[in-house]
Amino acid sequence: MADQMWLEELRSGVRRICNSFPDSYWRELDAKREYPQAFVEALTKAGYLAALIPEEYGGSGLGVTEASVILEEIHRCGGNAAACHAQMYTMGVILRHGSEEQKRRYLPEIAKGNIRLQAFGVTEPTTGSDTTQLKTTAVRRGDRYVVNGQKVFISRAQYSDLMVLLVRTTPLAEVRKRTEGLSVLIVDLREAVGKGLTIRPIRTMINHATTELFFENLEVPVENRIGEEGQGFRYILDGMNAERILIAAECIGDGRWFVERATRYAKERVVFGRPIGQNQGVQFPIARAHVHVEAADLMRFRAAALYDAGKPCAAEANMAKLLAADASWEAANAALQTHGGFGFAEEFDIERKFRETRLYQVAPISTNLILSYVAEHVLGMPRSY
Amino acid sequence: MNILVFVKQTFDTEETVVVQGGRVSEDNVRFVLNPYDEYAVEQAVQVKEEFGGEVTVVAVGQERMEQALRTALAMGADKAALVEDDGSLDEYGVAKVLAAFARRGTYDLLFAGQATVDGASAQTGPRVAEELGVPVVAAILRFTLEGDRAVVERDMEGYSERLSVPLPALFTAQQGLNEPRYPTLPNVMKAKKKPLERLTLEDLGLARERLLGRTATVECFVAPKTRQRRMLQGSPEAQAQALADELRRFVLPD
Repeated sequence: MADQMWLEELRSGVRRICNSFPDSYWRELDAKREYPQAFVEALTKAGYLAALIPEEYGGSGLGVTEASVILEEIHRCGGNAAACHAQMYTMGVILRHGSEEQKRRYLPEIAKGNIRLQAFGVTEPTTGSDTTQLKTTAVRRGDRYVVNGQKVFISRAQYSDLMVLLVRTTPLAEVRKRTEGLSVLIVDLREAVGKGLTIRPIRTMINHATTELFFENLEVPVENRIGEEGQGFRYILDGMNAERILIAAECIGDGRWFVERATRYAKERVVFGRPIGQNQGVQFPIARAHVHVEAADLMRFRAAALYDAGKPCAAEANMAKLLAADASWEAANAALQTHGGFGFAEEFDIERKFRETRLYQVAPISTNLILSYVAEHVLGMPRSY
Repeated sequence: MNILVFVKQTFDTEETVVVQGGRVSEDNVRFVLNPYDEYAVEQAVQVKEEFGGEVTVVAVGQERMEQALRTALAMGADKAALVEDDGSLDEYGVAKVLAAFARRGTYDLLFAGQATVDGASAQTGPRVAEELGVPVVAAILRFTLEGDRAVVERDMEGYSERLSVPLPALFTAQQGLNEPRYPTLPNVMKAKKKPLERLTLEDLGLARERLLGRTATVECFVAPKTRQRRMLQGSPEAQAQALADELRRFVLPD
């Protein structure tokens, strides 16, 4: 594990930026459902979103451990990294499976922040987690692919220059295994919109720039394909573990923020002549949430250490995500309950963070699917889906 | 331009102060580079960027001070030094240590924060200047170099003074002097590799017993919150009279 003082330096660097974006900044954006442009620019300019890009391509060449600390701190400070976390790791598919030419073309620009690659088109209206059944197709015509279909809940597509898109290039009926026949394309959104791609925003219960995408004969140059045709499913799978760990870290940041706010309020709020935090009925749920956040944190660092050492970590990454998402949700409930009516008042920010952290029970993977994974792949029970 | 900046690591201003066993507890506390020192470091780095030179940052205290020094390095300082001690010296001793360090080199400019957010005595900078026999201007809000002099504006709480000062001189930085930069991730990483010298008091030729303060802490306590509320009764005239009596008692205790 990376040494503690170094991680603390990273945290303090991120905190310095976050301090310029107080609760009111996030609250006002939330009310208007606006993208945190200024925050994302500050973070980009300071190089934090290029943490995982190797130094030879202009990034900092850090591991998932450090990247996770950066995202955790944003959430710990009351912000939300969901607006830009994918800029950190979506490039992973190019880094691991792209050609040298593609890496040189895209990675340095992503590292500088000149290009945003933070949209990842996988899920579809009729096939959410059942990825291999996806219906969006790409048919090759000469040196182009012609893409048709639909995607849904594609985050940040309106705030991204490039998108990694998973499509079926060989019909399901013609492949031996259902995981074959899928391919990964890089779509240049700056050119595609209006020429076969329509982006429609979806308003949700949180300020999360998510969208629906419609493809109608969108042409994508064959040179934009990552790796081999038909192997795309494998390429996106190995990016999932990093994402799980990073999301777990965001949950831990949220959890600590909730515990801190709840604790402070419980000590300050006086009812019946004493602080409400003097009542075990108030303090136990907060204490329990703290215990669970800290336990989840251990699993997160363990998963991150395995990942950074290049060792298998799917079980740990998934378990970290589940533990952390549960802990942050528990902490959110404790904080809301502690604040009573004020928890529902927007100016206390509890309700905003409460809505935001609820997402992690569902995305980017639902808690049930993690349990299915553990049951099947860790414990060897029959596949349930 | 050779520049020296005196820094300290202090409590994060968001932290709550807890007194335990007669002293301020440092358990689970987050520390930062003293916010006023950030302005000092930023100014030093700006001068270096404009006129060339080298910025050295120095702190006296515990091992943990290293982190504040690293922050300063990430902001653009070139090298750092930590004079290790247990953190118990007061301004008298700290100023003597910092002055001894400054004497090892030749500096054109010296900067410090106008105060630290923990001790808040605002003494260290001026004391170091006195030890070194150089001019000092405290709490500056503007800094420019004009030839071999510095022209600075000093915060006078309500108005400002513009002063022209021959170098070498020491300046303490007030909030508003500049906008301290964020340490970027590449610079945070570079800071890891920049030189950080560790020194003892002996290395500086100092005997600790001669640095001990002339003050002793008798007691350390959190000032109790006095929240007394009394509703005044009676006619408006009677209430006004009662209020006036109350205020008089407050201003002129018996």
